[in-house]
Amino acid sequence: MQIPAAFEYARAESLDHALQLLAEHGEEARVIAGGHSLLPMMKLRLANPEWLIDINDLADLDYITEEGDTLRIGALTRHVSLLESDAVAGLFPLVRDAEKTIADPLVRNRGTIGGSLCQADPAEDLSTVCHVLRTELVIRGPNGERTVPMRELHRGPYETSVEQNEILTEIRWPIRPRSSSAYTKVERRVGDWATTAAGACLTMGDAGQIEDVVIGLTAVGLDGGTATRAEDAIRGQQPGEELYAEAGRLAAEDCNPVGDQRGTEAYKRHLADELTQRVLRKAVERVNSTAAARS
Amino acid sequence: MKITMTVNGDSVTSEAEPRVLLVHFLRDVLGLTGTHWGCDTSNCGLCAVLMDGVPVKSCTVLAAMASGHEIRTVEGLATGGTLDPVQQGFMEEHGLQCGFCTPGMMLTARALLDKNPDPDEDTIREAISGQICRCTGYATIVRSIKWAAAHPAGSSQAETPAETPAEETAEVPA
Repeated sequence: MQIPAAFEYARAESLDHALQLLAEHGEEARVIAGGHSLLPMMKLRLANPEWLIDINDLADLDYITEEGDTLRIGALTRHVSLLESDAVAGLFPLVRDAEKTIADPLVRNRGTIGGSLCQADPAEDLSTVCHVLRTELVIRGPNGERTVPMRELHRGPYETSVEQNEILTEIRWPIRPRSSSAYTKVERRVGDWATTAAGACLTMGDAGQIEDVVIGLTAVGLDGGTATRAEDAIRGQQPGEELYAEAGRLAAEDCNPVGDQRGTEAYKRHLADELTQRVLRKAVERVNSTAAARS
Repeated sequence: MKITMTVNGDSVTSEAEPRVLLVHFLRDVLGLTGTHWGCDTSNCGLCAVLMDGVPVKSCTVLAAMASGHEIRTVEGLATGGTLDPVQQGFMEEHGLQCGFCTPGMMLTARALLDKNPDPDEDTIREAISGQICRCTGYATIVRSIKWAAAHPAGSSQAETPAETPAEETAEVPA
């Protein structure tokens, strides 16, 4: 029987109350939202918090709002809401691509985007999605609010720049015209963590060239979360199979996969190459079909 | 700590440690052993219950987190001695063999049909994809849920939809 070690429990009634509880109970207090990462870790004694601060009642952190050129996502937004949101799928189709592959419907009913990002699991899909979308994150602490870019959120596996007395409150995705995105994942069985996954977001220029692009890879140890050499090689170029192949080759060279029960290093590197090509091809198709639908 | 929740329509209050999982609270504190307890790792879905109408794995929810919420377990599916159409469907279409996954499957099916009364097969398979059956192999479970969708009022309506395929067949041109 897997039961967590004993801890104390407090339910936050507001964001300020949650911050106050975190400050009050100090180093050994942790925020719990969906709990689908933290509770399993507590059962295995990989995490042993003395206090759990339950933020599930903070309904004002559960929203998807378009405001100007930004889509704002509350940190307590559940996976199921992101998966089912037509607004999200219309602006950032890679989010639905990724959400379909995350765990299973029951887990998605509870798990939250904020929890996924703060777990900082190197094989987690939404982290790559957020790298690819050049996400800004809003973090609230006792001294007010600060924003950090996605590349500064994760300090390493299971370690983030959200301090112990702070809470991630909002995820901001910039909306760009003539842009689209895609995410694809190879997994051993449905709902598993990625063996390897890739995501890309790109913006097309007036002359049909790739004006801007971000490529991300999941679970293959890519420094900084994005394949910058591959991006630089195709930025400004006309899309096409040779270009995708070049990007795939560079992305595969730049990642650092570790062989494990999900696959060998060589297999994962092959996937990084192939999946990079697939998401670029798909994202270009999506920009073009959206443009065609509008004209 | 004191935990109060609504379980199958009744308000229940009990003392429990914060670390008690919802599945154990239901089984060991309330004696509702219809909710089964399987892998403990949120993989198998045996322990699925409805929390405010939404299927969740009760091995990965603290009883403390469920405090103040409405929980529905398999014991709450039948009303007034009449089986839920989902339960009837599992009987009609042989949706269970050993029965271990059955309570969770039926609750997920109930939540699905409440949201989408006429789901196609892909939707049904997706809805139960967080739950594992190791004996009937899903085909009969899917048929059971389809039966429930076709008989929203249960077996009292069994005659009417059963005639529909016959009429369709009759309309096929020779």
